[in-house]
Amino acid sequence: MAKRKLRIMVAKPGLDGHDRGARVLARCFRDAGYETIYTGCHQTPEEIAAAAIQEDIDCVGLSCHSGAHRYLFPQTVKQLRELGGDDIQVIGGGVIPTADFQMLYDAGLKGVFTPGVTLPDIVKWIEENIVPNIRD
Amino acid sequence: MYFTKELLDKTSRMRKKWEDEVKKAVAKHADLKGDWSTVSSLPINRLYGPEDIKDTNFEEDIGYPGQFPYLRGNQVTGYRGRYWTFRMFSGFGTAKDTNQRWHQLLNAGQTGLSTAFDFPTLMGYDTDDPKARGECGKCGVAIDTLEDFLVLVDGIPMDKITTSMTINPPATALWAMYCAAAEIKGIPLTKIGGTIQNDMLKEFIAQKTLMCPPDPSVKLISDTVEFGTKHVPRWNTISISGYHIREAGSTAVQELAFTLRDGMEYVEDVIRRKGLHVDEFGPRLSFFFNSHIDFFEEIAKMRAARRIWAKAMRDRYKSTDERSWWMRFHTQTAGCSLTAQQPYNNVIRTATEALAAVLGGTQSLHTNSLDEVWCLPSDFAVEIALRTQQVIAEETGVTNTIDPLAGSYFVEALTNEMEEQAWDYIHKIDDMGGMVAAIDRGFPQMELADAAYKYQQQVDSSEKIMVGVNKYVTDEEQEIPLLEIDDALETEQINRLNEVRRKRDGKAAKKSLDDLKNACKKEENVMPYCIEAVKNLCSVQEICDVYREVFGEFRDPAMY
Repeated sequence: MAKRKLRIMVAKPGLDGHDRGARVLARCFRDAGYETIYTGCHQTPEEIAAAAIQEDIDCVGLSCHSGAHRYLFPQTVKQLRELGGDDIQVIGGGVIPTADFQMLYDAGLKGVFTPGVTLPDIVKWIEENIVPNIRD
Repeated sequence: MYFTKELLDKTSRMRKKWEDEVKKAVAKHADLKGDWSTVSSLPINRLYGPEDIKDTNFEEDIGYPGQFPYLRGNQVTGYRGRYWTFRMFSGFGTAKDTNQRWHQLLNAGQTGLSTAFDFPTLMGYDTDDPKARGECGKCGVAIDTLEDFLVLVDGIPMDKITTSMTINPPATALWAMYCAAAEIKGIPLTKIGGTIQNDMLKEFIAQKTLMCPPDPSVKLISDTVEFGTKHVPRWNTISISGYHIREAGSTAVQELAFTLRDGMEYVEDVIRRKGLHVDEFGPRLSFFFNSHIDFFEEIAKMRAARRIWAKAMRDRYKSTDERSWWMRFHTQTAGCSLTAQQPYNNVIRTATEALAAVLGGTQSLHTNSLDEVWCLPSDFAVEIALRTQQVIAEETGVTNTIDPLAGSYFVEALTNEMEEQAWDYIHKIDDMGGMVAAIDRGFPQMELADAAYKYQQQVDSSEKIMVGVNKYVTDEEQEIPLLEIDDALETEQINRLNEVRRKRDGKAAKKSLDDLKNACKKEENVMPYCIEAVKNLCSVQEICDVYREVFGEFRDPAMY
């Protein structure tokens, strides 16, 4: 069976408007051949989770530069799981101190990316770690 | 003509000879790389000479300080009479935390205040709104009501020190709080001075602090311009900002062009909507630029900005008051040029960028702290950043003489080129029907997206070098102390807000919000109603909810 294209959503939870990284990533994923959806800024975790399920997404990439990732990232995972999106992987990036990594992994994030990671690095990581979900 | 024909003939022969020598030298020993361009990918020649500025008209294009076209600065005495204002952008946690930081900075020799608000405040939400969860005090200070604001300005001499507030959609509410706080302290509105950023066009283009659609957003801004003109004459009611445009990924020319075209849009709106003459409000318009890492490109950009604005005000808007021709601007060094890796290197980057801003003739400056890639600045880092400005002002000698780079073949040629490219953009946006129309069709947004993506690819491929990121990389992590904002602040702030709601006169609060709503519907100036509402302890969100209800909500169209 032909592998279907990976469906990825770049999302900006919270009130933060620093969207340069998110928009660059969205374009990078599009150029890498993924079906890419960018939510735009100012989404609630509930909105992101609902949209990810509706759009049949394989991986949600969260971006936050405001320091609110400690609440917003775990909350998005929680919402996704509550809505039945168990097989949707969540990754995150932005201004995230190393000290917060573990709490984010514990909350269910599969990867955390911080400044200095290149676009090819991220695509490589996705290729190795995210498999398109086969759903009925 | 700047040079005689004889001289140009002579230089052209000399130049030819030099070019031949270069060819030989390069054949023997190749250049380090093929592409020599600015951080914005503007190509730079190996050498500039008289021939590169031969068409410059001294009187019309250069002049003297304090004279049209103000290329060499607005101030006739340069920095000898007064340094630029050392204005560090600060705010975190609660009003009390920020008030303490302000006193610390003033004691350390800072000469102006600048307020960073947290995201709920910036977006017009109260701390207890579900959308605000997790954000309280993180990126700036949390302000819900006038009670918070009074704590923020406690002990600050509001008639002596100027305060800048980085606030956009809720600018009317926060400015109203400043006015009300002054009144409570017995200081008349004619005595207070400062700036509200209040520039929504760049929000749609870059920073995305969004609330209402573009047209009513611009209307609210014109209200503040009108109110300031009539009642708060020392206030800069808009800080037309390129900073965020640049941080969102634009080139230097795009920053220059979009910012100035935004300024023109506001001028046109106030004239059209309020019927004011350009010279009634022109002198109070102020600007805000980024100072990025490419030293000469930044200096040329700032010099070109002054010249474009002077020409636009004189020729395009028929202003006759020279004070309207002056472009006065604040500068902040580039946050996006800093690196998380080897963070101490950021001190050097910031110092270089600050020096460019000073040589570009800024009136006011914020220098970023070395830890700002990670968090809001710690006390330790912010002091180094402030001292950076003081070293430049007091030790380096660059304040001795005005616009020392004027007449440099390179700097003048680059200034001319950037001006020319900026006008091309400005005319293109004119042809689209103005900046609101250009934003509607996504033009500036997509220009930025293209430039940001291109730059990231250049860094990823090491075409553009960032030390510690793609060259001279080390495995060792430099540990720096980070400022942590306690998650528990949120509960404290919510309790304080509930307390205010309990004790205020509910009827008076409701009436003032109803009055504000009517004023919005009738297209009256909202400012007097806002001041009344904040005095009745209405919150930032209550005021902004009125705007959202009357003018509608605008959501990010998510272009990439």
